[in-house]
Amino acid sequence: MSKKAKSNIEVTLIYLFLAFMAVVIGYPLLWTVGMSLNPGTSLYSAQLIPENWSLVHYKWLFTDPSSDYLTWYKNSVMVAIANAFFSVVITSFVAYAFSRYKFTGRKYGLYAFLLLQMFPALMAMVAIYLLLNMIGLLDSLVGLTLIYIGGQIPFNAWLVKGYFDTIPKELDEAARIDGAGHLGVFFKIMLPLAKPILGVVALFNFMAPFVDFLLPRIILRNPDNFTLALGLFNFISNQFDNNFTRFAAGSILIAVPIALVYLFSQRYLISGLTAGGTKG
Amino acid sequence: MSTANSTAKTSHNPRLAVILSILLAGLGQLYNRRYVKGILFIILEVSFILTLGSFLNTGIWGLRTLGTLQGVDNSVFLLIYGLISVILIAFFIVLYVANVKDAKRDAIRLRDGEKTPTFKEAARNVWDTGFPYFFVTPGLVMLAFIVILPLMFTIALAFTDYTQYNQPPRNLLNWIGFDNFTRLFFETGGAGNNIWQDTFISVFTWTIVWTVVATTLQIGLGLFLALLVNDPRIKFKRTIRTILILPWAVPAFVTILVFAAMFNDRFGAINTDILAMFDLAIPWLQDPFWTRIALIMIQTWLGFPFVFALFTGILQSISKDWYEAADVDGASRFQKFRNITLPHVLYATAPLLIMQYAGNFNNFNIIYLFNEGGPAVRGQNAGGTDILISWVYDLTFELNQYSMAAAITLILGLIVTGFAFYQFRKTRSFKEEGNI
Repeated sequence: MSKKAKSNIEVTLIYLFLAFMAVVIGYPLLWTVGMSLNPGTSLYSAQLIPENWSLVHYKWLFTDPSSDYLTWYKNSVMVAIANAFFSVVITSFVAYAFSRYKFTGRKYGLYAFLLLQMFPALMAMVAIYLLLNMIGLLDSLVGLTLIYIGGQIPFNAWLVKGYFDTIPKELDEAARIDGAGHLGVFFKIMLPLAKPILGVVALFNFMAPFVDFLLPRIILRNPDNFTLALGLFNFISNQFDNNFTRFAAGSILIAVPIALVYLFSQRYLISGLTAGGTKG
Repeated sequence: MSTANSTAKTSHNPRLAVILSILLAGLGQLYNRRYVKGILFIILEVSFILTLGSFLNTGIWGLRTLGTLQGVDNSVFLLIYGLISVILIAFFIVLYVANVKDAKRDAIRLRDGEKTPTFKEAARNVWDTGFPYFFVTPGLVMLAFIVILPLMFTIALAFTDYTQYNQPPRNLLNWIGFDNFTRLFFETGGAGNNIWQDTFISVFTWTIVWTVVATTLQIGLGLFLALLVNDPRIKFKRTIRTILILPWAVPAFVTILVFAAMFNDRFGAINTDILAMFDLAIPWLQDPFWTRIALIMIQTWLGFPFVFALFTGILQSISKDWYEAADVDGASRFQKFRNITLPHVLYATAPLLIMQYAGNFNNFNIIYLFNEGGPAVRGQNAGGTDILISWVYDLTFELNQYSMAAAITLILGLIVTGFAFYQFRKTRSFKEEGNI
């Protein structure tokens, strides 16, 4: 067999494998879309390509008086914005101190962050529940946001600290000669130069309330306070095959915007993670 | 004993300053003639003791006894107050040590005849040395209450007898030492519910198998696809990459629930549409073996895109010179992969790959959302696909076996710490630690 023919076979095989992967990836996603367009609510009678497709579930989510979908959307957006903002502020404070200053406990603090970021929040759930109960923030979005902000510190402080370390110290010194103080260096040098990683942190924390269902499930009780993930989960957790099509419709409406954001920013996200996480 | 412009040693005694500041924070500073600072410290200490003294006292008592009056004392709250007291006391000790050090430093300066700084200079000085502390304080306080305190609580709980039959506020808790761990490791089958050892062993082994197999598969598939797409003969790279990254972009809880429906034994698309063509029907959700297979396949589907994206970035950054040199030497394709590509890729991403293993080790979402850890298995109190973390969830929120759940959590924590120590060694930020 000539070298060229061999190469052609190889390329064909690669394309075939990639096509197979595309089917494996696409099938569940398209199946979900198909389900959401089925007029009935049961999984059993639903078809992949419904004969008489309709947008009835989408309409139900937005217009039916018994649907809390818009409230959940609003709750999630509020938690997301607060979480993204305060996480960036607090994390960049911590990261700046750890990146640029020598102080007692610095080294052990770093060790502690690295260790704590590995511990899943679930490990501390009972105590978090009791604590929120004690200060009266159980079943409230403020309590949920507080837990999110506190919980993200170890991972993100580490990430941002790694990025700050790559900003040359000569820049700080130059700014100090020009009369900038501690805060001046932080606001005029560090924050502007660290925009990419701060963007990553903001994005991750913005997304968290949309995709996390565990914490809301433990903290929130009243359907008026639900976030999207929890609300959607409840569509199907009670009567599995009764509301699946409705769940599919509601899921698509959050999956599509989130997927678009991820696809557009994936290079940014991945390079942020590798830069902050490993190079430092 | 004038301080003005004198460079000669004076008779000011640092040891006395230290002793005074140990007796009462601020006294040493007064002796050092730093009056504002001294008075400030005294006010701080006195108000700390006055406002928190009784709280700390009750807290420590509660931590020690977990309450003495049944029905009146709530052991759980006492435990939390006790732990808060411990954190506050630790904080206080750190401040006190700083106070003593400060008194000593000032006294030595004074003895050596340095000029006492004016209040303005001193304030400036406090701002400079204290700045990093001011900046980490908000984060640190949140961390202390939202992460550290709950973890301490969990650890403490592992050494108490908090079960569904012994719950505050009706009953009091007791410290029972390592009893929970003993039961977990050694309590074997027999009458009643003596099933801890069996369950622990089967859950633990499945957790390890799950972590290793699922993570290795997702990394392997990610690497393989990255190599394929990186091949110069392949066109439409952008489109292909976008498609391959889709499973990462869609929120995982949505896809897992969708898969749960697709794998449904009776109505699911896998059985009714795909396998029906071959006249097969697999009990995906009823048989632990098949549930495990399904879980591993789904996790591979979910996890490979991140690895793929990660590796793609690295592959593009490997210099072509390496491969050209290898071609000159007549290296085979496998040799090039083995000796050039793999080391490059692994060197740059090792810490993130370890995180993938740690992530799957604690991957509660997929286990719980797919089949709630089920199907149920006879003779143990965890489902057939429960991993440690989802077992902890069940024990806590379904069976109310709080202490046992905490004991398992502690074991989990120790394993996770192992992962973390590996990270310490690998992460480059740490090697550059010294030169700040």
